[in-house]
Amino acid sequence: MSESTQALTRLIEETVREHVEAELTAWEEQELAASLARRGESREQYLSGSRRPVKRVYTAADVADIPYEEIGLPGQYPFTRGPYPTMYRARPWTMRQIAGFGTPDETNERFQYLIAQGQTGLSVDFDMPTLMGFDSDDPKSVGEVGREGVAIDVLEDMDRLFAGIDLEQISVSMTINPSAWILLAMYIAVAEQRGLDLNKLSGTIQNDILKEYIAQKEWIYPPEPSMRIVRDTITYTAGRMARYNPINISGYHISEAGSSAIQEAAFTIATTREYVRRVTATGLDVDAFAPRLSFFFVCQADFFEEVAKFRALRRCYARMMKEEFGARNPESMRMRFHTQTAAATLTKPQPLNNIVRTAIQALAAVLGGTQSLHTNGLDEAYAIPSELAMKVALRTQQIIAEETNVTQVIDPLGGSYYVEALTRDFEQAINDYLDKIEEIGGTLPAIEQNYFQREIADFAYEFAQRKASAERTVVGVNRFVDQGEEQEIEVHRIDPTSERRKIERLKEIKRTRDDARVTAALEELARVASDPDANLMPATIEAVRAHASMGEIVTTLEQLFGRYTETPVF
Amino acid sequence: MREQLTAVEAGPIRVLMAKAGLDGHDRGVKVVARALRDAGMEVVYTGLHRTPQEIVATAIQEDVDVVGISLLSGAHMTLFPQVIDLLKEAGVFERFILIGGGVMPDEDVDALLAMGVAAILGQDTPPDDAAVLVRGLVAKRGARV
Repeated sequence: MSESTQALTRLIEETVREHVEAELTAWEEQELAASLARRGESREQYLSGSRRPVKRVYTAADVADIPYEEIGLPGQYPFTRGPYPTMYRARPWTMRQIAGFGTPDETNERFQYLIAQGQTGLSVDFDMPTLMGFDSDDPKSVGEVGREGVAIDVLEDMDRLFAGIDLEQISVSMTINPSAWILLAMYIAVAEQRGLDLNKLSGTIQNDILKEYIAQKEWIYPPEPSMRIVRDTITYTAGRMARYNPINISGYHISEAGSSAIQEAAFTIATTREYVRRVTATGLDVDAFAPRLSFFFVCQADFFEEVAKFRALRRCYARMMKEEFGARNPESMRMRFHTQTAAATLTKPQPLNNIVRTAIQALAAVLGGTQSLHTNGLDEAYAIPSELAMKVALRTQQIIAEETNVTQVIDPLGGSYYVEALTRDFEQAINDYLDKIEEIGGTLPAIEQNYFQREIADFAYEFAQRKASAERTVVGVNRFVDQGEEQEIEVHRIDPTSERRKIERLKEIKRTRDDARVTAALEELARVASDPDANLMPATIEAVRAHASMGEIVTTLEQLFGRYTETPVF
Repeated sequence: MREQLTAVEAGPIRVLMAKAGLDGHDRGVKVVARALRDAGMEVVYTGLHRTPQEIVATAIQEDVDVVGISLLSGAHMTLFPQVIDLLKEAGVFERFILIGGGVMPDEDVDALLAMGVAAILGQDTPPDDAAVLVRGLVAKRGARV
């Protein structure tokens, strides 16, 4: 823009603002004052879910100084309006319901069912032992095998999990963190066994260890060796798996641990910054891997704040990648994310209400421009979802996609005085947090000092107090409570024989494999691990091919890396 | 001996809060721990991933009135019975008030109550109600045995 155009733009902005502000003042003195005199408002102060004050009404004056380029167009830097120029007009978001329980065969059946119902992506939930790197036959795993997700120990399990499913055709997301690299190795080994082209595999492992220390608390090793593992998965897949996301940087668990939307967004950008710093420190060009970074957020109940969150996150990320990391490829700057509705908002009383909560949250995620979506089951507050609950959840997405026409226009809330002002306010709040984290010395020192953990615990506690005092309404819990009989729902029951069957099969595999090959593979893995610059992936792939179990691989490296323990704060 | 018991009773209620099993969902346990502390109780929080053996040993060592165990891994029907058995083996089952927390189907809650767990807190239990509940249970139990 030339200087004279800039001056003209400023003049127009000022004129608009002055005009609108005068109108607003007049309205406040006349219509509003008269109305308030008749009847006051219900509250002294109105706040967003993140406890930011919101105004009575937003006007052109609130957005007059937002430069047009900050909002821009979809598929264009800074991607406020969406990562792609066509968004849902080209392809609706991926409908990706997470599923996993029991043995790989049992979960495979659920996958087949979901695919038959029109689901377009797969998402695997693992049981706690798998998530924490323990074998099914480990004493620590008793009672947890196949409970909260599917149990995976050895290569055969991964093959059975995807039996009859074409992995070149469907994308697969695996919610797994400290043991993610082992599952990635198994996934690659299965693909190779089936003669698939690695460049055609799409999907992701979550592999976001930093948010584990911050929020979800699934870990094995201390942060330094864990970051090395993450680095190795990113550098290994770069150039080998063109459509695969080696990391899914997640705010979801930060939110579910009790954070505000602003904390969720800010802490996720903070962890992202740390990953990008680590990988670029190996000498890999930012544009060689950043296009494959993917993200995962919650969609909470506070409708407009959530939409603004997604828009602010895209803009914030684009700016960081370009300005701080010098990315040149626009694909390195566009944030693509999966969304899950907020499990912690769902209630045990009046469970059918959860369908409505989830539908509204899902709509906000779609208006925020998500690339993929999981809608929670209505029975989330009871157990892992039943088949019927998952079907209703999937139908909720299909109704939004096919019946409401919200997919026809990109970023339909863009330009709303409120949403644009909120988006900017949100971005500013993220940046304030990022400054604080840098002052502490960065993301890892902030984790060590329990900074994130304390911030989240504080917000969670205040939220619980507001809910208890009914300052925060939860329908069916603190307002509109049913007296008398509670609604009965059918919950999913785990087959009690799954655990025993899984352990027996694992023992059988350990008995019949070539032990010499296993030992050699694990020795080689230990050798590679002791060189901090070496990449762990090839040796891990050989170990899983030799039918080494996840627990054996984890233990081999634990001897070198140690085990993480947390000093808890509350 | 009588004076000692009275002294103990007059002192703050002591609570052990523990996370059993492998899951890391600690939002609930921390909220309750803080609510009990703010209500004037002495709270010891074990942190994550504790085995039944560790929980029972810590309860005895810390000489608490109440043992609160949180888990959201679905393993409650395995781990609670283990804790109860260990307490019974050590001959201290009557000494502690056992409370649970987590996401559990109703019939499991009923089964745990039948086994001798005094109460199960859910995600909608207001934090201050937890404090009232603990006080009530301790008062009902009376002097420590």
